[in-house]
Amino acid sequence: MTDPILSARNLVKRYGHVTAIDHCDFDLYPGEILAVIGDNGAGKSSLIKAVSGAVAPDEGEVWLEGAKVAFTSPNDAREAGIETVYQQLALSPALSIADNMFMGRELRKPGILGSWFRMLDSAAMQKFARDKLTELGLMTIQNINQAVETLSGGQRQGVAVARAAAFGSKVIILDEPTAALGVKESRRVLELIQDVKSRGIPIILISHNMPHVFELADRIHIHRLGKRLTVVDPKDISMSDAVALMTGAMTPDDAAA
Amino acid sequence: MPESYESSASRDQSVAEFDSQGRTLGHRLQHALHVTPSLVPLMVLIAAVVVFGLLLGQRFLSPFALTLILQQVQIVGIVALAQSLVILTAGIDLSVGAVMVLSSVVMGQFTFRYGLPPGIAVMSGLLCGALCGLVSGVLVAIVKLPPFIVTLGMWQVVLAGNFLYSRNETIRSQDIEAAAPLLQFFGTRVEIGGAIFTFGVLFMLILAVVLAYALRFTAWGRHVYAVGDDPEAAALSGVNVRGTLISVYVLAGTICAFAGWTLIGRIGSVSPTSGQLANIESITAVVIGGISLFGGRGSILGTLFGALIVGVFTLGLRLAGADPQWTNLLIGILIIAAVAVDQWIRRATV
Ligand SMILES: Nc1ncnc2c1ncn2[C@@H]1O[C@H](COP(=O)(O)OP(=O)(O)OP(=O)(O)O)[C@@H](O)[C@H]1O
Ligand SMILES: [Mg+2]
Repeated sequence: MTDPILSARNLVKRYGHVTAIDHCDFDLYPGEILAVIGDNGAGKSSLIKAVSGAVAPDEGEVWLEGAKVAFTSPNDAREAGIETVYQQLALSPALSIADNMFMGRELRKPGILGSWFRMLDSAAMQKFARDKLTELGLMTIQNINQAVETLSGGQRQGVAVARAAAFGSKVIILDEPTAALGVKESRRVLELIQDVKSRGIPIILISHNMPHVFELADRIHIHRLGKRLTVVDPKDISMSDAVALMTGAMTPDDAAA
Repeated sequence: MPESYESSASRDQSVAEFDSQGRTLGHRLQHALHVTPSLVPLMVLIAAVVVFGLLLGQRFLSPFALTLILQQVQIVGIVALAQSLVILTAGIDLSVGAVMVLSSVVMGQFTFRYGLPPGIAVMSGLLCGALCGLVSGVLVAIVKLPPFIVTLGMWQVVLAGNFLYSRNETIRSQDIEAAAPLLQFFGTRVEIGGAIFTFGVLFMLILAVVLAYALRFTAWGRHVYAVGDDPEAAALSGVNVRGTLISVYVLAGTICAFAGWTLIGRIGSVSPTSGQLANIESITAVVIGGISLFGGRGSILGTLFGALIVGVFTLGLRLAGADPQWTNLLIGILIIAAVAVDQWIRRATV
């Protein structure tokens, strides 16, 4: 097998007395869709926050393309090409869709207006945002300049997913990207995930939706009690066994047997 | 197949738009205010000018009286612009008045006690304001103390430092005029047919426009709003939250120092006891101007209108011969009304 594009060894993250990640290992290989499943509170979100710079792990190492990295902010990870949709979406409610899509990487007008007066190129950003939302099929949005707080929960999730898909160049991480979406919008996100994969970009997908996981994933990382319990191939295991592993009703040895 | 029901979902590509017809006037007004929050104070300002104009006629509607209002609000107006920046980040700066006075004292004492060239003294005063802002900014952004507490402390520290350092001495206007007219630069008058503008007034107006531009059309401005709105979301979506906060406090401190320089132009002298009410008056202007104390919402032009509303009421009621307490009473009502309107607009998730 080739080397992992993103990996972690022995990660530990404690919040006071709670150990959210407990000496966890993690590997993502080039071009694959890796699903991460686990109970509520298993530490899935904490794990991806630690590899995407949103929290600093207490112990352990993260490697990107064979080089050790120590991201201290989400921006570091974004600059390295890792784009994340966090579970809480990370959108600014009072700002517009376009403002949110370009938050932290705004485009400036060409020429003096941009370089001297630091003027934003709103027209270009709005066009880009509109195109990306249209690709996602989020067509019920009336106006790209409307404040994010005026969108429905699913529309907000769509904006966050569109932002990640538009800018991710090496790894895209999606923490429950379809949790608030309707049937049709979920389907679009799944298509988008496959589309991103066909561009050769690997994806980490956290989801509680087993049919979606089994449909898309190349490998499934089963997370339990802050650790990687095992990694399975969805072709070799049934959904009910995966759920049994994840909840502790079955151990990996039972599964192998 | 688990997904079979999903594939039947429509794949129609046409843009589906909600029907925006048939909304009531109230809804549309609510929406307009949501998009342009400075409309409310602007309408109140125009209404106040019209009402006092009808009541007082030429005495109020003369170029002289109207520009007198500008001169009377210039100090509070400039400080309120600084206050707006901090409040947009969901903070508050109680030290603005103290920083303004200390900066003006530094400008005066550096010239008269140490004999430094006035240009250097002015630069030192501006630097003093920026440093005060830096201290508050670091305490808020990095030590993560609540802005109210940090600036409550800074207010006392800076004010006491001001009295200790100045030894409570006033520098007289004649002395400044003779030895260092640069300190009174912002008091320079421009007369255009009865209307009198000082450089301080022009500075306030230009500063309001420049800040409005920076907040609306630059990335820094968008980050200020994002940080005030939801700092955690801003950090996760790639905003340098600490840097943005510190830049806001440093800029606010520097603007307060400019207000201190303007203060010398306005009163002529350097007085360590002046400007004591600037913090509360600046917060009043910001609130009447429709900027939310919870951060992330409002427009800085609203603050300018808020300061002018206070000025119009003050002068209008004085010319009408009313007891000055009526001004305070009306301002109090306006503050409460402004917050009520703010709540109403926020409810408008149109
Ligand atoms: N900021 C925090 N402060 C304190 N404890 C936290 C924090 N974030 C997570 N935790 C704790 O860490 C543990 C793992 O949480 P995490 O959010 O990673 O779980 P998860 O697997 O993503 O769950 P879910 O499926 O519900 O999203 C939980 O026990 C949680 O209480
Ligand atoms: Mg989670």
